[in-house]
Amino acid sequence: MSGTRDDILGRLRRQLGRTDATRAEAQARVEAVLAARQCGPRAPSDALVERFIERARAMLSTVERCPAESEVPAFCARWLAAQSLPLDLVVAPPFAHLDWAGAGLRMRVGAADGDDRVGVTGCFRAIAETGTLMLRSGVDMPPVNSLLPETHIAIVPVARIVADMEAAWADARSEWGNAGGAEGGQGWPRAVNFVSGPSRTADIEQVIVLGAHGPFRVHLLVVG
Amino acid sequence: MEIRSMHFVERVRQRLDDDELQRNLKRTRGRNAASRAAAVAAFPDFDAVRQRATEIRRSVLRDLDVWLERFEAKATERGATVLWARDGEHACELIADIAKRHGVRTVVKSKSMVSEEAGLNAALEAAGVRPVETDLGEYILQINDNEPPSHIIMPVIHKSKEQVSELFARVHGTPPKTDIEALTHEARAVLRPEFLGADMGLSGGNFLIAETGSVAIVTNEGNGRLCTTLPRVHVALTGIEKVIPTLEDLSTLLRILPRSATGQALTNYVSMLTGPKHAGDPDGPEHMYFVLVDGGRADLLGSEFEDMLRCIRCGACMNHCPVYQTVGGHAYGWVYPGPMGSVLTPLYQGLEKAKDLPHAATLCNQCGVVCPVSIPLPELMRRLREKQVECGLRPWSERLALRAWAWVAGRPKLYALASRVGVRYLRWLAGGRDRIQVMGLAPGWTAQRDFPAPAAQTFRELHAARQAAKRQGGAR
Ligand code: SF4
Repeated sequence: MSGTRDDILGRLRRQLGRTDATRAEAQARVEAVLAARQCGPRAPSDALVERFIERARAMLSTVERCPAESEVPAFCARWLAAQSLPLDLVVAPPFAHLDWAGAGLRMRVGAADGDDRVGVTGCFRAIAETGTLMLRSGVDMPPVNSLLPETHIAIVPVARIVADMEAAWADARSEWGNAGGAEGGQGWPRAVNFVSGPSRTADIEQVIVLGAHGPFRVHLLVVG
Repeated sequence: MEIRSMHFVERVRQRLDDDELQRNLKRTRGRNAASRAAAVAAFPDFDAVRQRATEIRRSVLRDLDVWLERFEAKATERGATVLWARDGEHACELIADIAKRHGVRTVVKSKSMVSEEAGLNAALEAAGVRPVETDLGEYILQINDNEPPSHIIMPVIHKSKEQVSELFARVHGTPPKTDIEALTHEARAVLRPEFLGADMGLSGGNFLIAETGSVAIVTNEGNGRLCTTLPRVHVALTGIEKVIPTLEDLSTLLRILPRSATGQALTNYVSMLTGPKHAGDPDGPEHMYFVLVDGGRADLLGSEFEDMLRCIRCGACMNHCPVYQTVGGHAYGWVYPGPMGSVLTPLYQGLEKAKDLPHAATLCNQCGVVCPVSIPLPELMRRLREKQVECGLRPWSERLALRAWAWVAGRPKLYALASRVGVRYLRWLAGGRDRIQVMGLAPGWTAQRDFPAPAAQTFRELHAARQAAKRQGGAR
């Protein structure tokens, strides 16, 4: 096993003509690249909320603005009723405290299974450049909630909208630790999922169909 | 996958005569090129991003040994197991072992071209494990007797909805549907229980991120997420060249991959997966493995073909290739079609098994222009042609002709005479028209097109006449 590893790495080194000196140089280059985290050309960072909403719609999410988090259940209830969708939700733990029953919704807190029809999540960040949700896994953030139900509703506080992925990674590093550093980034989640609208495929005759394997619809409530 | 590239010419002939295939190819021809063009035009800095993407891939290859060690250390630290495979066959053995170790009966797969290289499905079946392809296109191919894909990102681009409908009716035992939405949702309904019941998920990997020890997977359907979230074991199978340094580099490459592939600003889903589930996580696999395959890649490093290792498998080169667009992907006879396949197949499978592929191009350089990581594909094909001549792989007639040409070209007087004779002959063939309809000595050339007739005088004759006129003018 490690025989194959050493053989492949050995061949790579031979092909590159590595000597002890060039190996040390290569290691220095690698450390320098990891430390520099150079960015390529980036997205504009103005009008973030408008840009996010416009891009999210272009990716076929539906978007509503909602003045305060406390009003989220009422907005959900109204939207679900208008779409003739079921009023039963599976809600990620951070939103358990909202008054869902008061809005006429039945809800369960936790992770979705194959039978749940509507999943509610928050988001770690939302990316204006592409209208994308950035979701992390964790005890309070089950990725299945944005994946198994036919309808995914995401709560997006305006303060979480950032310009681009680079900005989101910078926030991730400051909250989860520096994954590349010596401390190893213990705080990094198992999964970071970027979601831009409903699941889709164009495999048959390149005709786009929504709801390939994931949600048929993604509804965003931009709060604040 | 078994290679059939040695029969390229015959396979092309069959495909040109296949009316149904030609109809299917025509239906979508140029569509991806148009979507890409629109996406590129809508993005102000595309060239700058392309340049940066090229730089990133180049810098990784320069120190690939160290980047791989770095990736391995990080991935291991995060709790994943990193395995190395010599080639596809070895990768199959490793994956069958993993399946056995964890008592796996069913594997749900999201798209992996390396798994096609390795012929993983057949190997799993032989080991008593049931593989289920879940990408809609790959699923259609699997239930159609394991038909090979004809495009790296749109595997069933060669099929019509009627063909899919007939296949679903036969395999699922459902009434035939010709509505594409209904067909798609039928596949969803068939595959959902497979996701929920599978013991192992197998994915490819678009990028391996050295900084975090993660794999990034890009999909539209969401099957990649299901395969890597629900089963207890996740195996990411990918080539050793897929490493990139940082999350910033991932961000740059994600600006260019979907735009080049389908013209999307971003695919629906991008998943970055790091190690197995954490204590308390409600979902996610308990075990995570990486299988990193060499399969001919290491030998390209530092060689005149190293540029090819930058490839991010976007498919733009085939979407813009006049040959691919006419003959479809199956004619190429192995996993990778189009210009990138014409380079990779001989390099990974042996020059002698894919003699015609480096010639399956007009060298129009459409592919080189659209490649998001600036791979000079026509130049690489030209180098492969040279290699074939060096290895004596071209037919004796061609070698003799080239040698004769070199001999004549080295003797200016003789060359002038020969070209004068040649021009007269071609003009005689043209019979006063501006084009030749049947090329006397090489009729194959004019089977599908005319050959332009040459001008009455050769360049040398014209030049000599002008010089003479000038001298006369000067003397007056
Ligand atoms: S060679 Fe370039 S254009 Fe072709 S698939 Fe690879 S990255 Fe894309």
